[in-house]
Amino acid sequence: MQESDIKFLEESFKKYYFEHFDLIRVPERTSEREFGYQKFNSGMTRHIQIKDDKELHLLFMQNVPSDVYCSNAYYSFPNLPMNEKDWKEADLIFDIDAKDLNLLCRESHTISICNECNEISKKLKQCRKCNSTKLEKKSLPCKNCIDSSKDEVFKLFKILVDDFAINKENIHVYFSGNEGFHVYVYNSQFQQIGSRERSELSDYIMLRGAIPETFGMKKFKPNRSSFPDFDDKGWKGRFSKYMYGTKSKRSKIISELLVNGYSSFQKTLDNVSENIGVKIDPNVTMDIHRIFRLPGSINSKSGLTKILCKDISKFDPYNEASFLSDDTIEILANSPLEFKLKNKKFGPYNNEKVTVPIFAAVYMICKKLARIA
Amino acid sequence: MIALGQDEIAKYPFLADAGQYLKDKGFSLEQFGTDPDLKQLIDKAYDRILVAADGKIYKSDLIEDHVSKEAALPREVFSFLLAIVLLKLCGMHTLIKRFALAEARRAEKYLERDLSNISDESKKELAIRVIDDLFSVQVEKQDDYFVIPVSDYLKHSINFHEREWKLINRHIENGLVFLTPHETVRLIRKELGTYINSKIINAKTPAMIPGFEDSVNKLALLSKKFATFTVTTGEYPPCIKHAIDVLEKGENLPHSGRFMLATFLLSKGQTVNQIAPLFKNAPDYNQRITLYQLNHLAGTSGSGTQYSCPSCEKLKTQSLCFATSECDNIINPLQFGKKRK
Ligand code: SF4
Ligand SMILES: [Zn+2]
Ligand SMILES: [Zn+2]
Repeated sequence: MQESDIKFLEESFKKYYFEHFDLIRVPERTSEREFGYQKFNSGMTRHIQIKDDKELHLLFMQNVPSDVYCSNAYYSFPNLPMNEKDWKEADLIFDIDAKDLNLLCRESHTISICNECNEISKKLKQCRKCNSTKLEKKSLPCKNCIDSSKDEVFKLFKILVDDFAINKENIHVYFSGNEGFHVYVYNSQFQQIGSRERSELSDYIMLRGAIPETFGMKKFKPNRSSFPDFDDKGWKGRFSKYMYGTKSKRSKIISELLVNGYSSFQKTLDNVSENIGVKIDPNVTMDIHRIFRLPGSINSKSGLTKILCKDISKFDPYNEASFLSDDTIEILANSPLEFKLKNKKFGPYNNEKVTVPIFAAVYMICKKLARIA
Repeated sequence: MIALGQDEIAKYPFLADAGQYLKDKGFSLEQFGTDPDLKQLIDKAYDRILVAADGKIYKSDLIEDHVSKEAALPREVFSFLLAIVLLKLCGMHTLIKRFALAEARRAEKYLERDLSNISDESKKELAIRVIDDLFSVQVEKQDDYFVIPVSDYLKHSINFHEREWKLINRHIENGLVFLTPHETVRLIRKELGTYINSKIINAKTPAMIPGFEDSVNKLALLSKKFATFTVTTGEYPPCIKHAIDVLEKGENLPHSGRFMLATFLLSKGQTVNQIAPLFKNAPDYNQRITLYQLNHLAGTSGSGTQYSCPSCEKLKTQSLCFATSECDNIINPLQFGKKRK
């Protein structure tokens, strides 16, 4: 990124943090958390301890970071190196990202930037100008991406509440600022469990590693009486709804499953898992030392804010997560894709000078699809 | 601490305060060494250790869960307490480990029986309290099942490798896991063993007591038999250390894990006879079959091909990998610890 772009982004971000510090959600027990931040074009600074929101504010104003992070873990000494921090507990966190959902729409809104010649195009295998295969991909997620991610959030929410008896008030959903959602669970029975336990929890939520017996299919002398039913709790009930569809079909489908046998049932389970398992990123959930984008801070991959979704079903990130100024600026834009922000359409632009609102300019520059003219 | 009845102390002697118990019964350790009638109990204690060292469970005089004869009760408890004294005097950790393990298995049987007892609520209550006090697992009865919080369940179940222990294969409702009495007790087996082990390790070692020397000497000889296979050294990768650990604790290691361990050690130049004793603690140990299988892997029987140790990638898919930073992206456990440039 060129100097003038960085200067522009820093100014825009600083203005946001100055005017919207109220959007920053200073985490509870602030001083027990580890903070970290990045500046444009430079590495990560970690192991920072912060007392309160005043200190946090100062960090934003002094450093003008591109990204700010905070641990979900609580430590005795957050500022010491990792193995001396003395880990106490950690909020449970789930990451749901549109790029992990294998959506068909994805290709239609992904473009490539050639690492060799900077050519931008919709060709994803090879640069159309110099044939290089070293391409950086950028996606401008569409409504389908967001809606599909939301569906996963709903599925996750239901399991957390129904199966694990987690209080709804203790579940917070945040738009990640780019292509997905972060789900935080506070004060649950899982605060103190370690990484391997969290990995097991992820497998449960993703419906991974299930054996046929769990859903009533025995290896020897299988019989229909052990198969699950619609009203069963947990995965058995969800399995029933997905497999049988309607009550009237249950009997017929169980007969089919019995005829097909045990090993075929295991394959069926893999398929069921693919369809109704929740698509979280298990590596995120099991990492108990990670730092996560701070709620209320800007995601420098998009210029959008990581924001709390009060009503996720109605939430529209392109309307509700953009807080930058409406003033205009001239940029050199090169975006083969069109996009919508704050109810305005932009692009496509073919390497042309355009005057756009700052929020749109930031979005494109963050996606590397424009620079300051 | 829990107030224990007569039967309970016999079933769970490790809950008793040893010194206090002897005092209450009006005995001193010295008496056992000198009084000819009491001296029999030292032999009984020795037997109890012997049985444990052999990987078996001590068959007590308890019938069902009552003491057969009134007089049998103190004998039952004494033999346990004296066994600990003998072990302390002998000081061999391998024996203590084995003894603790066998005693844990024995207690496990009683715990399970007490949990399933439908006629006597107090027995069930006690079992539940033992589990709660000792292992801070809060068990509650719900219909025909015992339920424990998912988080408590996970802390114990992650040490098991069988797929049926995975959370996904458990019935869950309201943040609770449903278990049978057998599963409830199985869940804390390892901790029960560790608890008894640490109780023995932390007990004070008395000065040698006249009349105890013979048994202690015999134990020292016995422990030599087991000293031959202390294979756990720092040079082994985490996956192998873990497998050895599992076996030493008498946990079940899946077939894939035994395959990995055997092929690894064979490649490191160990012989079939050196490796075989490792499997002795396995719940389904059978010496003949183990030797046969090991010879097969070593290529000394059958096809003559020696099997090689599986790759890290393969082991990862089998959940046998417990990589640490020391693994440093090697592709086979055999490469572990070899400096790469
Ligand atoms: S990385 Fe390889 S050597 Fe290390 S624990 Fe995993 S399987 Fe073993
Ligand atoms: Zn190019
Ligand atoms: Zn899309």
